Amino acid sequence: MKRARVAYAGAIHPASEYHGQLQLADGRLVNEQDVVWLPPVEPRTVFALGLNYADHAKELAFKAPEEPLAFLKGPNTFIGHRGQTRRPADAAYMHYECELAVVIGKKAKNIKKEEAFNYVSGYTIANDYAIRDYLENYYRPNLKVKNRDTCTPIGPWLVDAEDIPDPSNLAIKTYVNGKLTQQGNTKDMIFGIADLIEYFSSFMTLSPNDIILTGTPEGLADTAVGDEIITEIEGIGKLVSTIVGDDVFTEIGDRPHLNIHNGRD
Amino acid sequence: MAKARVKLQKSDYSEEVEILSNRYILMNGVKHEVSRIKFDNPISGTVYGTLLNYKGSLEALKGKIDQPPYNEPPKGPILYIKPRNTFSSYSNPVPLPTGIPELEIGAALGIVISKTATRVKKEHASDYIEGFTIANDISIPHESVFRPAIRHKARDGFCPIGPWVVSKESISTPDSLGLRVYINGELRQENSTSNLIRSIPRLIEDVTDFMTLSTGDVLLVGVPENAPLAKANDQVRIEIDEIGYLENTIISEEKLSLEGIL
Repeated sequence: MKRARVAYAGAIHPASEYHGQLQLADGRLVNEQDVVWLPPVEPRTVFALGLNYADHAKELAFKAPEEPLAFLKGPNTFIGHRGQTRRPADAAYMHYECELAVVIGKKAKNIKKEEAFNYVSGYTIANDYAIRDYLENYYRPNLKVKNRDTCTPIGPWLVDAEDIPDPSNLAIKTYVNGKLTQQGNTKDMIFGIADLIEYFSSFMTLSPNDIILTGTPEGLADTAVGDEIITEIEGIGKLVSTIVGDDVFTEIGDRPHLNIHNGRD
Repeated sequence: MAKARVKLQKSDYSEEVEILSNRYILMNGVKHEVSRIKFDNPISGTVYGTLLNYKGSLEALKGKIDQPPYNEPPKGPILYIKPRNTFSSYSNPVPLPTGIPELEIGAALGIVISKTATRVKKEHASDYIEGFTIANDISIPHESVFRPAIRHKARDGFCPIGPWVVSKESISTPDSLGLRVYINGELRQENSTSNLIRSIPRLIEDVTDFMTLSTGDVLLVGVPENAPLAKANDQVRIEIDEIGYLENTIISEEKLSLEGIL
């Protein structure tokens, strides 16, 4: 089954795909253009892999790592399907990264790779945007490159693991304004899904809704304000995001008369 | 008298308390001895750590910083996440992984965020702070800071936090708080938040420039240079002026597994 979380008619709903439409948990059948798509799961701890495809490592002039190169992401960075991703005006090179996202379904500690797929609840797509201008050589890639607000679209669907018999052989494609720019296959990962679950669970406990973004193949390109980026993975779906500029975001400081109340004040 | 918020292990809610001394607090009108209270971690959000934010920690890299792989000193704040599996509380044991002789003790002041903070200017930073707490940002010692260190910093139980969040109104000068680490009663480290490269308001400005902090999130201001090491059965105590102390004992992972704690 393909599952989603959407906002519709004033509330947030779990939904599932039904003949090209969305069926809300309360039974309503709606068009996919009529909802606001949220990340299909509320992410808990999110791991992202760098240099996990040999061709991409080569493209960036790095030799393939001997141990997974992983970093973590915070909740601020995630947005749903058809969301807006902000490109700062001073960025010279901001590229997409189409990645298979593996969602953990149950508590996992010291799991051997032969058992690893028993701990996967499903799969989705992430677009792990990076702004290369901000790269520095400390805990690289750091959060200024990889944990920016709006810079990790995820979705549209969480596809049940049982519906993806071979997640280690799925075609990956990215289109910029309809033009195919990135192509790869999940079979070319250096550390496969089972390796990664074994690795992470060897030193920390994984929990439901932890997510592993498994890295991206070669074929990166710069993006511009106004571009529509589609990241597609065979059998999982197509995740759409649009690049917007700084002008879309009102600086709070520019509007001193606007009093925004939230939290406990 | 300092006002603080605590979370108890079997309660779903935080309690407002008054700190009477290092030994006693007033909770719901009753005086309680701190050592008898079962504290839970008072934090509900995401915990972000800051690397190399003490002047001395950057100086300790002198001679290496202009060489590969670093090539130049850091410009932006360098951050990392202490994920939920690392969360632990006052007096909980810290697991020492099998085959690892010692752990690095990271004495960190934690800024607890009170409301959604996006592109906050340093003049307004205080408006977004609920208060301050103490974190022990534990690491397996690692020399290189070139690549993210999840395997060294994100293990289960590697981030005790507490015992409480002291309200910002109760702290006179957060940018000048002394901190001390004692291991088995012996003073092993002493420093002050006056030695931060990015002060608290500046850190909030630079971090919220690109990522939103939410209610309940914690920003650790950094760990001072020459972090002390602790081995199995060592009792570790981190003290921060005007906040209190956080105490935990290092216990071998194997022993904790047998007790069902891990």
